[in-house]
Amino acid sequence: MEKTVNQKAWFLVLPVLLLVAFSAVIPLMTVVNYSVQDSFGNNQFFWWGIGWFEELLHSDRMWSALWRQLAFSAIILAIEVPLGVFVALNMPKKGFWASFCLVLMSLPLLIPWNVVGTIWQIFGRVDIGLLGYTLAALGIDYNYTQDAVDAWITVIVMDVWHWTSLVALLGYAGLQSIPDAYYQAAKIDQASRWKVFRYIELPKMMGVLMIAILLRFMDSFMIYTEPFVVTGGGPGNATTFLSIDLVKMALGQFDLGPAAAFSLMYFLVILLISWVFYTVMTNLEKREG
Amino acid sequence: MEWMAWTWPTAAFFGVIAILLITFTVLAIRFPETPRTGILQIETTRGDRLFITLLGSAFINLAWLGLVGENQPYALIVCFVYAAAVFRWV
Repeated sequence: MEKTVNQKAWFLVLPVLLLVAFSAVIPLMTVVNYSVQDSFGNNQFFWWGIGWFEELLHSDRMWSALWRQLAFSAIILAIEVPLGVFVALNMPKKGFWASFCLVLMSLPLLIPWNVVGTIWQIFGRVDIGLLGYTLAALGIDYNYTQDAVDAWITVIVMDVWHWTSLVALLGYAGLQSIPDAYYQAAKIDQASRWKVFRYIELPKMMGVLMIAILLRFMDSFMIYTEPFVVTGGGPGNATTFLSIDLVKMALGQFDLGPAAAFSLMYFLVILLISWVFYTVMTNLEKREG
Repeated sequence: MEWMAWTWPTAAFFGVIAILLITFTVLAIRFPETPRTGILQIETTRGDRLFITLLGSAFINLAWLGLVGENQPYALIVCFVYAAAVFRWV
C-alpha cells in the first residue's frame, strides 16, 4: 500500500509558533532594533547605525569579559567532564546503594542558583564561614572578596559542586545502557581496565557526554546568578563575566543601545558554538546508527 | 508600533530574512532534495546551507567592522562570495 503524504499535522504546531514568536522572536527583533539606536530615556530613540557595534568591538571591557567567560567555561568543562565520568564509572550499578547515590548526586541539581550562591558566599567567609574560617585557621590567606585568584577558585569550585552531578548522571545513564555481553567479551579477550574504558565505555557514553558538554557549556557561558551573588563580579572586575557585564550595562547604566549590540554579539557566539556542538553530535549518531 | 521605535533598516533586515525563509520553504516543498555531504564532512540540506551562510555573514560583517572599520557595505560582497562558496561546496 502506498503511503499518502499529509503535512497538515504541521498546523498543530501553530500555537507553539505563536507563543515562541511573542516570547522569543519579537523580543529578539526588538533587541536588533535597539542595537542601531540610542536612547536618552523617555522612550525617545535616535538612529545611530552600526556605531555601538564599532565601539564595542574596540572596547577592552567587552573583550576582557569575553576572555574571562571563555576561560571560565573551559576550566569548568575541563574539570567537570572528567570528574563526572570518573564518578559515573565508580557508582554502584544496582541495589540500594545505586539509588542512594543517584539521590545524593541529584541533590545539588535541585538547589536554585541564588541559593547555591548564598551557600558559597557564607561558606567562604573568613569570619563565619566554615571553609573560610578553616582555611584561615590553617594559616592560608584566603579571601574571595579581596583576592582575584581566590574569587576565581571559589566560583569554579562552586560550579563544580553544583553541576558535576549532571555530567555524572548522564554518564551513568550511558553506562547503564551497555549490555553485559560487551564486558564478558572484553573479559574473554583479557582486556585491561583502561581498554574496556577506551573501547567500550567511552564510545557508548559519547552521545550523552556530548549532550552533557553542550548543556554545561551553554549554562556556564550564560552564568549570572551564582557569581553575582558570591562576588558581584569583583574584586574589581575579576569575575565579571559576560552576562554580569551585560546586566550592568543594560540595567545599571540603562545604555540600551550598546547593551543590545553586546547581547547580539553574545548571542552570535552562543549560536555558533551550539551549532558546532549540535552538528558534531548528530553526525556522531549518524555514524553510529 | 510607534512606541517600539521600529526603523526602516531593521524592518528591511528582517524582511530579507523572512523572504529568504519563505523562499527556501517553498523550494523545499516544490523541489524536495536529499542531503549531501560537502567539504565539512557533514550532511547538509539547502536550509542548513542558508543557516551557515547567515551565521557566517554576521561574523564576516563584525570582522570587517572590527578589522577594516570603514566602507561597511563592501563586507556584503565578501558575504555573497562566502554564500556562493557555501552553496557550492558545503
